[in-house]
Amino acid sequence: MSYFNEFFGIIMMAAGVFFIVIAGVGLLRMPDMFLRMSTATKASTLGLGLILLGTAVYFWELGITSRAIATSVFVLLTAPVSAHMIGRAAYSDGVPLWEKTKQDDLKEYYESHHLVVPDETAVEQTTVSSTNKETDTPTS
Amino acid sequence: MTNELIIDIIGSAALTLLALTIALTFIRLYKGPSLPDRVVALDILTTVGIAITAVYAVITDRPVILDVATILALISFLGTIAFAYYIDLRR
Repeated sequence: MSYFNEFFGIIMMAAGVFFIVIAGVGLLRMPDMFLRMSTATKASTLGLGLILLGTAVYFWELGITSRAIATSVFVLLTAPVSAHMIGRAAYSDGVPLWEKTKQDDLKEYYESHHLVVPDETAVEQTTVSSTNKETDTPTS
Repeated sequence: MTNELIIDIIGSAALTLLALTIALTFIRLYKGPSLPDRVVALDILTTVGIAITAVYAVITDRPVILDVATILALISFLGTIAFAYYIDLRR
């Protein structure tokens, strides 16, 4: 536990806190749920990884460093998975996109595979099911 | 020692900034127009909690507190996955 370990640990911790504050500001200021989720997840994962690695450098012992690195690797593995699942659930729940969104690839995928596009379900299901019921519209 | 004084100052500034981030997250948790917004806000809230635990372990020089960070990361992942499952099922 020398001077350099403390110095680099503190520096990495400060950088991680900076990225986590950026994640909080992005969570508050972004215009859309998906942009908020993207900003918050990426920046907070980077910040938390930096803070845990700084902790691992600060306490330079085998047991503590291995635990901190294991926690960091676990966070790096699970944060993209949970963000993907939340984004997919939000899209199929019908959360609206930003009005300046240029392209929506998942909508074309839903239409080409005859799935129900979640934005128009409330409108189309009443009209389609009342007029022509024999055309099989497979539910998702 | 000036070394411990510098660590105390930087650690206190880090804890203050993380508390500010928790305040911003709570504003989003209160305002959030849809349910997934609030789930994302809870996820970030737990992430900031893990960061506060790690910084506190460094400041007080007690590395036992890092176990709390590991358990908090596990529980945060499971909670977010459960929320996503039930949002997907709600439709």
